[in-house]
Amino acid sequence: MKAAPFEYTRAADIDEACAMLAADDGARVIAGGQTLVPMMVMRLARPTRLIDINRIAALSYIRNDGDGVAIGATTRQCVVERDALVAARVPLLARAIPNIGHAATRARGTIGGSLANADPAAELSLVAITLDAQLSYRAGGQTAEIPAREFFIGPMVTNLPAGACLTGVRFPVWPGKKIGVGFHEVNARRSDFAFVSAAAQVELGNDGKCQRIAIGVGAATDFPLRLDSAEQQLTGTPLDAKAVDAAVREALADIEALADLHASAAYRRRAASHLAKRAVADALTHVQGRTSHAH
Amino acid sequence: MSAHGRHRYVSSDRRVREDRRFVAGKGQFVADLDLPNMRHVALVTCPHAAARIKSIDKSAALAMPGVHYVLDGRELAAATLPLMTGLDTPNVPRRPLAVDVARYSGEWVAAVVADTRALAEDAAEAIEIDYEALPFVLDAEEALAGGVLVHEAHGSNVLLDKTFVWGEVEKDFAASLKKLSLRVKWARSSTVPIETFGVVASWDPWRDMLDVYASIQMPRYADQISITLKIPVTSVRVHHDVDVGGSYGVKRGIKHTVLTGYLARRLGFPVRLIEDRLENMRGGDAHGPERLFDVDVAFDDNGIIRSMKMRALENVGAYAGRSPFQLGKPIGAIVGPYKIKSVQYRAIAVVTNKTTQEAVRGFGQGPTNLALERTMDEVANVLGLDPLEIRRRNMIRHEEFPYTIPSGTTYDSGDYHTVIDKVLIHAGYEELKAERDLLRAEGKLAGIGIAACLEPSGGNATFEALLNPAITTSTFMDSCRINVDGMGSITATMHTTSAGQGHETLLGTVIGEVLQVDPELVRVTRPDSLNSLPSGTPVGSRMAIMLGGAAFHAAHKLKAKLTAIAAHDLSIPLERAVYEQGNVHDRNALQNKRSWVDLVQIAFRNYHRMPAGMEPGLGVEHVYQVPTGGGLPTADGRVQMYPCFSFEFHLLLLSIDPDLGTPEIVRYMLGHDCGTQINPKIVRGMTMGGIAHGIGAALFEEFAYNDDGQLIAQTFMDYLLPSSHEVPAVDIIDHETPSPHTVLGQKGSGESGYLGAPAAIANAINDALRPLGISINTLPLKVSKLGDLIAEARAEKGN
Amino acid sequence: MRIELNVNGTVHDIEVEPRTTLLDCLRDLLDLKGAHAGCEHGVCGACTVLFDGVAVRSCLMFAAQAAGTPITTIEGVTPSPGELSPIQDAFCETHGMQCGYCTPAMILVAHALLADNPEPTREEIVDAISGNICRCTGYAQIVEAIALAAERMRGANRPSELRK
Repeated sequence: MKAAPFEYTRAADIDEACAMLAADDGARVIAGGQTLVPMMVMRLARPTRLIDINRIAALSYIRNDGDGVAIGATTRQCVVERDALVAARVPLLARAIPNIGHAATRARGTIGGSLANADPAAELSLVAITLDAQLSYRAGGQTAEIPAREFFIGPMVTNLPAGACLTGVRFPVWPGKKIGVGFHEVNARRSDFAFVSAAAQVELGNDGKCQRIAIGVGAATDFPLRLDSAEQQLTGTPLDAKAVDAAVREALADIEALADLHASAAYRRRAASHLAKRAVADALTHVQGRTSHAH
Repeated sequence: MSAHGRHRYVSSDRRVREDRRFVAGKGQFVADLDLPNMRHVALVTCPHAAARIKSIDKSAALAMPGVHYVLDGRELAAATLPLMTGLDTPNVPRRPLAVDVARYSGEWVAAVVADTRALAEDAAEAIEIDYEALPFVLDAEEALAGGVLVHEAHGSNVLLDKTFVWGEVEKDFAASLKKLSLRVKWARSSTVPIETFGVVASWDPWRDMLDVYASIQMPRYADQISITLKIPVTSVRVHHDVDVGGSYGVKRGIKHTVLTGYLARRLGFPVRLIEDRLENMRGGDAHGPERLFDVDVAFDDNGIIRSMKMRALENVGAYAGRSPFQLGKPIGAIVGPYKIKSVQYRAIAVVTNKTTQEAVRGFGQGPTNLALERTMDEVANVLGLDPLEIRRRNMIRHEEFPYTIPSGTTYDSGDYHTVIDKVLIHAGYEELKAERDLLRAEGKLAGIGIAACLEPSGGNATFEALLNPAITTSTFMDSCRINVDGMGSITATMHTTSAGQGHETLLGTVIGEVLQVDPELVRVTRPDSLNSLPSGTPVGSRMAIMLGGAAFHAAHKLKAKLTAIAAHDLSIPLERAVYEQGNVHDRNALQNKRSWVDLVQIAFRNYHRMPAGMEPGLGVEHVYQVPTGGGLPTADGRVQMYPCFSFEFHLLLLSIDPDLGTPEIVRYMLGHDCGTQINPKIVRGMTMGGIAHGIGAALFEEFAYNDDGQLIAQTFMDYLLPSSHEVPAVDIIDHETPSPHTVLGQKGSGESGYLGAPAAIANAINDALRPLGISINTLPLKVSKLGDLIAEARAEKGN
Repeated sequence: MRIELNVNGTVHDIEVEPRTTLLDCLRDLLDLKGAHAGCEHGVCGACTVLFDGVAVRSCLMFAAQAAGTPITTIEGVTPSPGELSPIQDAFCETHGMQCGYCTPAMILVAHALLADNPEPTREEIVDAISGNICRCTGYAQIVEAIALAAERMRGANRPSELRK
């Protein structure tokens, strides 16, 4: 299990990386490599050149960026996992990250690498979609942005233009105070790729009713879903369990669920609605706990 | 010949001497070997479930720099004999590389030799093979019915179809009012060690010597190499001092070795084949039993099982190998710990277009235990009896040992009821049931799982003769040589490889015990095969019994010799000479003694002080025949198999998330009786590892195929091994019923835990599902499958 | 290509192919055989090394990528030939292994864990080793080894009057 031969270059900066990408159709960017390297050693991926962006210091950061938190593409998942700013301002991300692989893969795996890889079961893709994150990339000396909901278009397929290199992602921070998050996934072993995952973020108004809600489901379909209709139905309601159940079921009724060795389509469809409900319930408990704690 | 009572070193909580090298990363695994000028092999495998190989174009590969050779099946077949199989099936020849027809996806078609493994893989891709896809069969029942034949010349897909009737089965069935039928399926899974199989072979034409280093656990390994390569066995030197990175049965590696040995001779430099994980999973020795059981039992209102009919259909994969024998070993414990009076057993092995199956921990006993223990639970269920109660009623009682089962094996000893009582006291069975009911009240599905299983140990493999009358082997040996050198130091030898079982510690402990010297003073070595005495290798849960027995007897011979020398030198009758901690004194005059140093001095330098006719020096050896061995099957198919029977009683509480189908083991307890534990740390580790392995077989592991005959669980991303998250803490409650047949009362424990955990978990899950009116008897009990079943049942019930 | 690899405090100037993984480089070029190939696709953890003190899979990194970062292998945590670290000794005490194939990786994970968290709970230990598959032991004696090592190491750093 050895990779086919390739050339290796460490890019000094992002524009050099982009130039090398543009110059060679077969070139690929390597960040954490936790997915790419297995693909390469099984010879399912055969880049002619690896452009290593790990040492580009400018791509590794976590910082406040206006009404959001911006994270550089090569920021390690383990760094985000332990980051106080992320915990405080993007708690859904903080909640989701420990579910990614194992500590040893999070030590190398990057935020950008996971997003660019676009595995339907990736926790980061789900969080990006649920929070309407903006992904930024560089191509031809220009920086551009793309919303997460437009970025993912299929299993392991994205809208990232050829020759472009993902540079970072910006998670919007909801301005309200009464915000809660929930994240659930189901798998065979705790650290496996999820069969289904679900994320929810809820903001309550002073009346205790849902002012804003985002619900996402991952791994069930080609790329993570937002349950838009459920969100619309539930906004302005007290999020009682029956209403959530009905809204979530309806939103998931027609999905084309994936089927594989590990889980049937019927299973994924069912589990999606259970987990989405649990995520919303957890988010509610979370915000209620935080609020009562604050008083 | 047993010697019970207090021990000096045996059963004490001593460290395992092998561990020191492993914690420093200084084990010597086969992949750690760097022989000068060594070249590397990569394999070209068939992408089809069955295909005719129309042509192989090697030219592009051979033109690549660093590539030395491409070997195909025809060349290898012309120079070698087919591999040994257990049954006489000459028209199902098994060879390392496919000849003209490949019969499973992943079968080796060609081998490339290059300067590095990476270059060999590059070249393997450049070999162009023209295949004609052929029809194939994957399912055992379809294969049994005929249609597509895996081996045309064999005329059918059936390798073995043998029915045994022990006792008055039909009469007992006719006399019983209650009957029950059950179908149970054990999925294709295996032990999957973290080290793949590897072998390095080197040929010296000036000495006519093939040196073999391999991560091997294989009886008659050197013999098989010699026969297949058609060279004298004295030209095969297998190095036993290679640490094996886990085996649990599967590290058979004969086809790898024949291939590598041939290449080393053909090419004149050392050749190394270390499987990568894909080669290992697809076409190595990775696969284990895939067995379908149909069980019928006849019983009375009290739940006493009168008779059993069991049909076991084994899907052995594309070639015979030794795997059909895995239907034979369970005959030695076909009724488990129960007093079932009559049994009909039909064992069928068919070939299919799947990877060839190899030996796995328990050699077929685990699947059989699953079928038995699922049956016990279902009998309890139809009678409305507690599953524990029904087991107690049917179990052999302590005072009934030795106990002969219908198939002819006599169980050595056991105290099953006491083991169960101890576990129940520890667990609080009623409290455990209350805990289950509480979980149910909380809306979860919850169940208690029980399994009471035997681990046949000692490896008296007379199932070979039972299934193949051409085999008349009744001797299963192991050996130990002990030498005290002229400096008075002790060296003991063992004559096979180890894969983590702590055999060096075993030898040190037993010899230290007998000689009453610190076990750490006993150096243990592993001579190569040319310098070895016979060993049956660590199969069949046998080494504590067999290597321990050999060491014990060898040490006694040494002790006797030392005592005789001392008695002679002290001029006292032999019976007055008392051996104590390496010294010998006169029973009647304690000050009258000869020390260890004195005795070594006499044996090595003072021949004039030796008893007349005694050999100088202090070397002894013992070849130990398996206790209770020596017999062959009777005409009606009865035979004594393994000598010793360890007992394990599993009790666990499991809950299932009813929405998701995810099982969680809440508590797990095991009562374990393997007689005298020579090293408790080792026994505990084996048992815990066995339970983890059993959890894998029950819940996660399956070499799954798709309809195209492609193995779809061929990486560790799809073949799921339990991690620390999935293995719960287990309370092990030990009990010790010594075996009367062994030197220290020991029985085997190399398969413990594994032989009952799948059954216990399956029973717990079925107990959890019972309120929904459903049951499931097909492993693995995967989350998605459970989730789908539960959802269907709930939909029917309308909630 | 030529790289400088800093392993166990020694800088090695070596020639590697870009496709050579860190694991193969350590084993084949530097003769450090303690990291083992189990799956070579990042699941089993037998190839674990410490990369700047953090446990990573050496099969999922090319050697060229590792240049410039300190790497520690099992050979680097062994105090001297024949002498064991407290963690190695604790693994021997509890028999936290059988075949020894996954053991160096487990010990490195334990080193990383205890450097970060000197008083881990059982849960934390279980979680720390969950990325390392052991097929022999069922993990119990490994978890006990790490707990024992932690206890001993805490004891060693405690003022003597507080030691039991």
